[in-house]
Amino acid sequence: MKLNLIRGDKYLCAEIGGDIDHHTAMQIRMRLDGEIERTMPQMLILDMSGVEFCDSSGIGLILGRQRLMQSMGGNLTVKNPSDTARKLITLAGLSYLIINRQPEKKGDNKNG
Amino acid sequence: MAKKEYVNYFKLSIPALSRNESYARAAVAAFAAQLDPTIEEINDIKAAVSEAVTNCIVHAYSDPSGIIDITARLYDSGIYIKIRDKGCGIADIQQAMTPLYTSSPDSERAGLGFAVMESFTDRLRVSSAVGRGTTVIMEKNIGKKAVL
Repeated sequence: MKLNLIRGDKYLCAEIGGDIDHHTAMQIRMRLDGEIERTMPQMLILDMSGVEFCDSSGIGLILGRQRLMQSMGGNLTVKNPSDTARKLITLAGLSYLIINRQPEKKGDNKNG
Repeated sequence: MAKKEYVNYFKLSIPALSRNESYARAAVAAFAAQLDPTIEEINDIKAAVSEAVTNCIVHAYSDPSGIIDITARLYDSGIYIKIRDKGCGIADIQQAMTPLYTSSPDSERAGLGFAVMESFTDRLRVSSAVGRGTTVIMEKNIGKKAVL
């Protein structure tokens, strides 16, 4: 499990890598919640581009962070879930949280 | 599938430690690789096994010294996976299998474990006795060759 936290002006981006299961979700939750409570972002972005495995513990992680963000008047989005994670998110009725950005394949063509 | 002879099998017993979740799903997935599954089929198997094993760790046993027994059998057309614990058992299986129901809302469980097992495999059977344990049997077609 890898967790890289990027703090922006009013947002916090959590780049999650590796496996999300019951074991790693507990570790991610502890680190992430500490940062959320400390920086109080308006938007939490869970970037799942680097996630190699995800089970329903990932859904628990999303739901729990959504509750936390809502309690502070903020929002949450999920970025780039894998096919399996997307199936799970859809199963949980949470597909509205996904911002759909496919990884760019042709070199570095990011403007803005 | 179950009526035919299986071509290979393995048995694995592990203590109910959360760090064994990744080992259990990797072991079953590596075994299933003998049937040349697609990446999606492998991912489905890993997720389903992970859910069943996590249930043993989170719900069945209050003590990590409890043992989880995993049996997998390979058939020409798919895999049979049995995951058994001797933990607390489930009083109401139907309720436990209801999507979004969880008996431990405080621990951030989504209540989707059985829903994932059901939708990611082709057959799911759950039997349980309170105080004696729970057995989950899943079957997954691989290669879409034959119906089970």
